[in-house]
Amino acid sequence: MNRVWIPIAFAAFALSACVTINIYFPAAAAEKAADKIIDEVWQTQQDKPAAKEEK
Amino acid sequence: MNAMIKFLVAIVTLTVALNVFAAADLEVNTPGINAIKQSMQARHAQLAAHYASGAVGLTADGMIALRDAGAVPLAQRQAVNALVAAENQDRNALYAEIANANGHPEWQAEIRSTFAQRWIQRAQPGWWVQSSGSWARK
Repeated sequence: MNRVWIPIAFAAFALSACVTINIYFPAAAAEKAADKIIDEVWQTQQDKPAAKEEK
Repeated sequence: MNAMIKFLVAIVTLTVALNVFAAADLEVNTPGINAIKQSMQARHAQLAAHYASGAVGLTADGMIALRDAGAVPLAQRQAVNALVAAENQDRNALYAEIANANGHPEWQAEIRSTFAQRWIQRAQPGWWVQSSGSWARK
C-alpha cells in the first residue's frame, strides 16, 4: 500500500515543476521584444545597431 | 521500477515541452503598448538633441533623467523637464503594459531591467548613460 504514495509524490513534484517553469521569466524573449520596441521608438531600424549582431 | 522510469521520462518530456513554450516571444503588439510606443516615438524627435548635448541621460533603471541642466538654455529648461517627466511616465506604463499583456504583472521589474540594459547598449555614441551609479559618455 505504501507504494501508492511514491507516484503521488512524483506527481506532486511534477506539478510544482510545471508551475515553476510557467512563471519563469523569458529573458531572451524579453530582450528581443525590447530591441523591437527600441528600434521603433528611436527609429534606428535594423541597418547597423552594432550591438545586435549575435550570430 | 520500469514504470517509474517511464514516468520520469514522461516528466522530462513534459518539462522540455513547457520550456519551449516559455521561450516563445513576448506579446508586445497590443493597442495599449502601440499607443505608448507612438507617443514615445513622437517625443524622441525632441529628446534626441538633449541626449546628444548631454543634458539628458539614460539611467540604469530604464528611465531618463536631466543630467546636466547647464546644457539647456534657461528658457528651455522647463520644457525639457516636462519632456523627461512625460517620457518616464510612458516608460513606466510601457513596462507595466508589457507585463500585463503577457499575463505576468510580476515580470514588470525584470522587463524594466531588460529594457534598461538594451536602451543603454543601443544608445548612440556621445549619449550619456548611467552605469553603477555614475554617468559615462558612450
